[in-house]
Amino acid sequence: MPAADESYPADLRYHPEHDWVRADGDEHVFGITWYAQDALGEVVYYDPPKVGDTITKDSSYGELESVKAVSDIFAPASGEVTAVNPAVNDRPEVVNEDPYGAGWLVRVKLSDPSELDSLMDEPAYRAYLAGL
Amino acid sequence: MSAGAQTPNGVATQTPQQREEVTTIYERSRPGRRAFSPPALDVPERPLDELLPERLRRAAPPELPEIAEPEIVRHYNGLSKRNFDLDSGFYPLGSCTMKHNPKLHERVAALPGNARLHPLQAPARAQGALELMWNLERALAEVSGLPHVSLQPSAGSHGELAGVLLTRAYHADRGDERTLVLTPDTAHGTNPATVTMAGYEVVKVGTSPDGGVDLEDLRRKADDRVACLMLTNPNTLGLFDPNIEEIARITHDAGATLYYDGANLNAVMGISRPGDMGFDIVHFNLHKSFTQPHGGGGPGAGPIAVSDRIEPYLMVPRIVRTDDGEGGAPRFDLEEERPKSIGRLRGFQGNYGVFVRSYAYICSLGAEGLREASEIAVLNANYLLALLRRPEIAPYLPLAYGERCMHEFVLSGAPMKRDLGIRTTDLAKRLLDHGYHPPTVYFPLLVEEALLVEPTETETRETLEEFAEAIGAILREAAEDPEIARNAPYSTPVRRLDEAAAARTPVVRQPVRG
Repeated sequence: MPAADESYPADLRYHPEHDWVRADGDEHVFGITWYAQDALGEVVYYDPPKVGDTITKDSSYGELESVKAVSDIFAPASGEVTAVNPAVNDRPEVVNEDPYGAGWLVRVKLSDPSELDSLMDEPAYRAYLAGL
Repeated sequence: MSAGAQTPNGVATQTPQQREEVTTIYERSRPGRRAFSPPALDVPERPLDELLPERLRRAAPPELPEIAEPEIVRHYNGLSKRNFDLDSGFYPLGSCTMKHNPKLHERVAALPGNARLHPLQAPARAQGALELMWNLERALAEVSGLPHVSLQPSAGSHGELAGVLLTRAYHADRGDERTLVLTPDTAHGTNPATVTMAGYEVVKVGTSPDGGVDLEDLRRKADDRVACLMLTNPNTLGLFDPNIEEIARITHDAGATLYYDGANLNAVMGISRPGDMGFDIVHFNLHKSFTQPHGGGGPGAGPIAVSDRIEPYLMVPRIVRTDDGEGGAPRFDLEEERPKSIGRLRGFQGNYGVFVRSYAYICSLGAEGLREASEIAVLNANYLLALLRRPEIAPYLPLAYGERCMHEFVLSGAPMKRDLGIRTTDLAKRLLDHGYHPPTVYFPLLVEEALLVEPTETETRETLEEFAEAIGAILREAAEDPEIARNAPYSTPVRRLDEAAAARTPVVRQPVRG
């Protein structure tokens, strides 16, 4: 499966470190944006947090390694990890192929959902990318 | 271009080397073949049990290739021709200082007194070698402006580890518990790795818009938990940080040591000295700044020089010189008794052959020559940068920071990726078809699609001009058809490797037979 085409879904909120968050029931799902996976290049390894770990907004909660470099993944919001995507450990390239779907990284129970208010919506994130 | 490389339409044609079957030395093996036949035994045979107890002996013979000498020679000669090295062409690998290695150094290193010196030779019978090492230490002290030197570390990263362990010993001796080490976000990856290995936590310091250390960020982070700031100056953007004295003041006021990563020393030899800038510990990469065939993983040498306050903790043994006071020849010895020393970091004395070559280099050039080498390294880098700032190149590959550079510079391939559809890695692979080793790519990490170019002082003006022409040609070609660069290289012994598959499913063992 080839790398995905550039897209930024409207139902996500975006963090300036190129991470996204999506509401799913009373939990939230995190991942990295199309821009982030494109900048990283082919992802070869995912070092995830553990289920039950507490993660903090703007801090690193794991690492993605590509053929170019190892990069921290930043939490767009704080909370407790309730699930880690095993598919990314089995096939790291799924992050390149489907960054907003099968390539999700963690599920999190947010400790302070109001933190999401500081994140960007799709038009704001596109404008942010245009300014980079 | 190498033979067989002419593939302007991007059509893959095989070169003779690509067609050549690649076999391992084991696949060439045939039972009973030998490269050497020992003469008949001319002393009384002794039972094996007398010589080596059975428990220490192999149960089965080792699986060694059985092969005749001409086949061995052809095998390794063939492999060597598939390689690219500095003696074959331009090798502008940033932060690696791939300068010419004078052949005189090889002759000196091969002298029997150097090449055949046994590592366990008693100091009394290795006076010449110890004198050479002592003289090299003095020369490195002079270049760095720091008085005490240990040649023991065997790589730059090893020197870094020594430096951070010395920092730990220094703080511990004062009863000062510290947990953090600061590194700029432009640092070589070895810096944070070293910090982690030495048991400290890494805290990154940001880069200001002009490419130097962000002083405000440094002031915020330099507190009494910080053991050390590790800095490269000029940094990996090829920029000399003009605020170095202020950086040193902030670091020392916080009670931390200041560590100099010497990877970029080739820019400043004989011009400015880390010791004068306020650094406490410096490592040298003898294999970079002071010539050494390197790039295949060694051998190297990463000596360190330190200030008076760090000296008590230096590794043992130290080389000491004693003068008899009556004009006789000085004596050299190895001193082990240093109660505050962090101990040994390596067996024996380090990579002695490297010391010989680097000492030969320093003696050949002298103080003036070293300074001139750095001046020309900076001039060459700026000349090449000027060539690459021409209007047909610069819009695609702009300089990432600053206006000029020291001995190396960083271009960003982000506009090239956006406008021509080829990435820095594609440009690098296509450069192989033009007969060049590509520059460093995707480092430093803070520059998108980075290309880090270090031409060194030993390249001619024509080489730099031809290289700039090649970059221009690749960009023009990509404007016509980006697929050519995306599928490069065409002329190398192997085509583009699948780096992602190699990382995802590494195969790290070759079966001994077939």
